[in-house]
Amino acid sequence: MATSYSKVGEMTTNDGVPLKVSLQRSQRKLKIWAFLLVAPLLLFIIVSFIIPVVNMSLRGVENPQVHTIMPNVTKALARWEGVDLPDEATYAALVLDLQEGRKNKNIGKVASRLNYERSGMRRVISGSARKAVKLTEGPYKKQMIKIDKSWGDVAVWSLIKRESGQFTFSYLISAVDYRTNDQGNIEAKPENKQIYKALFGRTLIMSFTITAICILLAYPIAYLLATLPLAKSNLLMILVLLPFWTSLLVRTTTWIVLLQTQGVLNDVLVWMNIIDEAGRLQMIFNKTGTIVAMTHILLPFMILPLYSVMKTIPPTYMRAALSLGANPVVAFVRVYIPMTVSGIGAGSLLVFILSIGYYITPALVGGQSGLLISNMIAYHMQNSLNWGLAGALGFILLVIVMVFYSIFNKVIGIDKMKMG
Amino acid sequence: MDSNSDFLVQFKNVQKSYDGVHLVVKDFNVDMVRGEFLTMLGPSGSGKTTCLMMLAGFETATSGEIILDGQSINNVAPHKRDIGMVFQNYALFPHMSVAENLAFPLQVRKMGKSEITDKVNHALKMVRLDNFANRRPAQLSGGQQQRVAVARALVFEPKLVLMDEPLGALDKNLREEMQYEIKHIHEDLGVTMLYVTHDQVEALTMSDRIAVFDDGIVQQLATPHALYDQPCNAFVANFIGENNRLMGKVIAIEGDTCRVELSGGGGIVQAKKINVDKVGDTTTLSLRPERVLVNPAAGVCPNNCEATVEELIYHGDHTRTRVSISGHTDFIIKVPNTHNQQHMQRGEKITIGWDTDDCRALDA
Repeated sequence: MATSYSKVGEMTTNDGVPLKVSLQRSQRKLKIWAFLLVAPLLLFIIVSFIIPVVNMSLRGVENPQVHTIMPNVTKALARWEGVDLPDEATYAALVLDLQEGRKNKNIGKVASRLNYERSGMRRVISGSARKAVKLTEGPYKKQMIKIDKSWGDVAVWSLIKRESGQFTFSYLISAVDYRTNDQGNIEAKPENKQIYKALFGRTLIMSFTITAICILLAYPIAYLLATLPLAKSNLLMILVLLPFWTSLLVRTTTWIVLLQTQGVLNDVLVWMNIIDEAGRLQMIFNKTGTIVAMTHILLPFMILPLYSVMKTIPPTYMRAALSLGANPVVAFVRVYIPMTVSGIGAGSLLVFILSIGYYITPALVGGQSGLLISNMIAYHMQNSLNWGLAGALGFILLVIVMVFYSIFNKVIGIDKMKMG
Repeated sequence: MDSNSDFLVQFKNVQKSYDGVHLVVKDFNVDMVRGEFLTMLGPSGSGKTTCLMMLAGFETATSGEIILDGQSINNVAPHKRDIGMVFQNYALFPHMSVAENLAFPLQVRKMGKSEITDKVNHALKMVRLDNFANRRPAQLSGGQQQRVAVARALVFEPKLVLMDEPLGALDKNLREEMQYEIKHIHEDLGVTMLYVTHDQVEALTMSDRIAVFDDGIVQQLATPHALYDQPCNAFVANFIGENNRLMGKVIAIEGDTCRVELSGGGGIVQAKKINVDKVGDTTTLSLRPERVLVNPAAGVCPNNCEATVEELIYHGDHTRTRVSISGHTDFIIKVPNTHNQQHMQRGEKITIGWDTDDCRALDA
């Protein structure tokens, strides 16, 4: 007998150890090996991907400036009710924090931070700090209001109280074109200042457009690749992959050469008398340019999954459909296309997610109207240095991708997905 | 009425070449009677599947004419031919349920919903799969998938059903079961069937007639019985059933029998003359293993030969006895294991005998 039963009916091995324990023990070594094999990659992903993503997302809600640089004001405002101006003790705390902040040369951070929420605050904080150094004794309330009359405005104090917490939603609110008004209510920004919602919308619409164009262009090519004899399909495959191996920058600049107003395509059109000199088409540095260049770059990501699915579909299915009386079009639509849905899904997910976060191509050929949300994130990272807003925008983008991914998973099933 | 109205399918001098150099089908002529079960049997590469594909419309005939129901179909598209087909790997649509698979040919013919439901249910009942209507093909066993494929090829009541090695993927027991099932469906519905296989047992058990293919040519077209008992050449004799071959030279021809001197000095035997022309021809004598008698009583057989037992292989119902005769060491005799069977020993000298009709003198 290889196994025996103990009193409670649990399976045990010959030496009386419970079977489950014994099984686990015998597989432990294998599991440790498996873990060690993936450990380098896991470490790499944690350090280079997960930590930065979490860090940037946190920057979208972190709010350390007022809290750490003006600790006394933060404490004093905690019990302020926000109806009238704060009491003398709060003004004393303000003077103390401003003097301390000026001495430590970090009051500017508070100035920038509050300026994001209310323009003019940079001047208020910096100017007051410069002048507050000279104050030696109270009462401070009157003197501060004299230095800058903003200190007599309840709204300014409300703002400081609101942003004195360790965390804030103001970046996220701002990233969807809303703001907190002086009364503390959340309201839409004035229309001329709304940019992000439109940019998110444009990013989504352009990603959908690029995905749709990719499906239309990739499907016939993938079909040809899967059905041609091997020698010819190999040649075609090289043609598909050749641009894939060319530098992204080279491909993008090539499109500029081709599509610009004095470019090859316009010259040809003029030469053929289809358009005249004055009517040269603007095909680059706008949406058209971005769509053309991105479709070109992302096309292989659609072709390869489609091809790998089509390769596994034997020709007998189409023949069966024909023999059952379906004409070639019906057979193709009702039998062939449904069998390639997993390939369409995989390719679309790849292309869509890649294009939703695409940066270089729109930056080079997008002009103003072809910019995407990632360009705005890059702007806040590199130019305006508002990393909090960049983090919030990036976090929203991440959420959008997750939502589309889960929709895809519900509709098609991620387990059915086949990549290249 | 057309003068050929008895024939549903006619191949007239059909030839097929893929590369313009070699002929895969050299000269194919067959007339299929309505309601017939015709099998095309042959080794792989013999051109049988090509003929089937030409009839289905997936290959075009290089020359010659294919006639279906009195009309040439050389230029008719496959989907307009109204021919049901069962494929080697069933080709059931994986994204449709069993019922949807069966409904497909009816939907593309624009039938009414209730009519479709009736026909699908009827077809499912026929193959005893009424409880599996909503399953996907992947959830069925090989045998069940096979039955769905057969039902799908029949559900739109085609004039003709083609089957391309449909039982190739099944295991032995299931294959035998399905052979009978297909045979019964054929008898019940009276539909004309053209069946392609390389399995001779399958061909013998199911067919009304069998066309034996080799090298792009029909070697013999006959009933299973005639094919087994009266093969017309050495290829057919070897391909159908087990066969002993003895080489020899014709020394005399007397009517439809001839006298043959065995090579290797085994003496002179009588054989039925099939396709030898003249005295002096070399010939292959074909003898079925079960038609050879061991130690026959004197005068029972016109032909007797000395043989030495080389090997005895026990097969339950019979013993395969390998003997050497006239220098041929691979001569097989099937000795039935009946009550009064004598037991032989290896190395024993025996006499074997056979009837002249069972020994056929074929081409060398």
